[in-house]
Amino acid sequence: MQNRRNVITLSMIGLASAWLGPRQARASDKLPVVATFTILADFARNVGGDRVEVATLVGPNGDAHVYQPTPSDAKSLGAARLILENGFGLEGWIDRLIKASGAKAPVIVATKGIEPRQLKEEGHIGADPHAWQSIANAKIYVANIRDGLIAADPEGADIYRANADAYLVKLDALEAEVAAAIAKIPPDRREIITTHDAFGYFGAAYDFRFIAPEGVSTETEASARDVAKIIRQIKAQKIPAVFLENITDPRLAQRIAEESGAKIGGALYSDALSPSDGPAAAYIDMMRNNVRELSAALGK
Amino acid sequence: MLHEALISPFVEFEFMRRALVGSIALALAGSPLGVFLILRRMSLTGDAMAHAILPGAAIGYLFAGLSLGPMTIGGLIAGLIVAVGSGVVARATILREDASLAAFYLISLALGVTVVSLRGSNIDLLHVLFGSVLALDDATLILLASIASVTLAGVALLYRPLVMETVDPGFLASVSRAGGPTQIIFLALVVLNLVGGFQALGTLLAVGIMMLPAASARLISQDITAMIAISAAQGMLAGYAGLIISFHASLPSGPLIILVAGLFYLLALVFGPAGGLMRRLKPRPHLEA
Repeated sequence: MQNRRNVITLSMIGLASAWLGPRQARASDKLPVVATFTILADFARNVGGDRVEVATLVGPNGDAHVYQPTPSDAKSLGAARLILENGFGLEGWIDRLIKASGAKAPVIVATKGIEPRQLKEEGHIGADPHAWQSIANAKIYVANIRDGLIAADPEGADIYRANADAYLVKLDALEAEVAAAIAKIPPDRREIITTHDAFGYFGAAYDFRFIAPEGVSTETEASARDVAKIIRQIKAQKIPAVFLENITDPRLAQRIAEESGAKIGGALYSDALSPSDGPAAAYIDMMRNNVRELSAALGK
Repeated sequence: MLHEALISPFVEFEFMRRALVGSIALALAGSPLGVFLILRRMSLTGDAMAHAILPGAAIGYLFAGLSLGPMTIGGLIAGLIVAVGSGVVARATILREDASLAAFYLISLALGVTVVSLRGSNIDLLHVLFGSVLALDDATLILLASIASVTLAGVALLYRPLVMETVDPGFLASVSRAGGPTQIIFLALVVLNLVGGFQALGTLLAVGIMMLPAASARLISQDITAMIAISAAQGMLAGYAGLIISFHASLPSGPLIILVAGLFYLLALVFGPAGGLMRRLKPRPHLEA
């Protein structure tokens, strides 16, 4: 059933693009932008509006830490007039891909101007790349993206500024909402376990403690001692909940939850947005979803 | 103090006990299969299989999304087709096992990558499929234990034709027609253990526990039964030691178990009575007239 639907969809898309393709090339004057992952793409669409056509490399529910690029990625990079990357080591594969694709577009590092958190892993100190988890940082992302768009397309400068201002207002409202929701959770209950260390900036911004058995990236493997430490900690401090994420194997978190008596919370979105029919299809939705899940598990 | 260091982690933590049981099950089941793989010069089957299961897992993913059951079954079917197909080709043509396996698994891998790209999303399927020794839930433990039981029973039933087919296939072919089916069943057991092992424990641990103790046992003894026993013992010891060291030294468990098994292998390489370096430098006195 699913298979037939896929085949029909694929052939319809094939026919449609063959038919519309040439027309598209003539009619579309949009600025082609390539973003490395969904969160940057969401910001770019909000700031760029109708003037930009944003392509994303790592799609919804994808894992930017371990992504394997495809030839169509190289093609879209070659055709882009602006490239957006996160920086702080999130996309270890992007520099070689840009060189290989021969892309000449300017590259905007969205985290420019942000002071990175340092992450202490066993013997390895690195920058934590998940800066977007703090809304204050997200505003810096939006400002950098806006400036990049203005530099690439000066004619649209007024539109970009207006869009960015409007979106920044929305982010301010979101910040107030998040702060209010977190304030309702008693300070001694603001502690959860997740599967990877993606929420450092969120924790620092809203006085929340996140403990993870994996390291910063989904590539590192947990050691028995780390898992034991977490279980002991949960039991000792009676940490209420363990949260699963949308990009890693849930079994380790389930194991920890079962053994320690913590509850399994809902799904938190860390490194990628959900598909458009999911609960975290845009950055604002993602933050709202995460806060909602946290409040539901910890509020009582 | 010794009790504190060596026993109490398993008493205190259930995940440690589960990890121990899981590695023991895999070591027991993998040891006879590993010994026969080495004797049949098919040692790289494990690594090839880790790639060959991709199209099966991908088709499982296309139909049922990111759920482990369909993906595992799909991987199993793909692995069986590759293993049995390459076995049949090896028997029927001039290509030996290694060439036919290489051909099949590469085709399978390429097919798998293509099928994954059809869906459009960029999830690393195998990353989701491969488990970790520290995260064994009830279903996975039952899977591992069942696979171990079936494997040991299968090897016991097929022992004589399996040994004969490995050591002198020509003779076996002249007295019996059990050679072909034996080989097929053997390959099926290998795939079952590998795919189950991948899903439960990850590729490194599944393949490593099967091959490393067997390679080192080969250097210690010339008797097949002894090889199997030694390999099983080493596998279980490596599992225990790896987990204990990982617990105290805060290093990842899977790789550490394999490193301990590797250490045993290096020791066997130097000191092994049946082929180690020391034996070559200073041979035992031979029959003298």
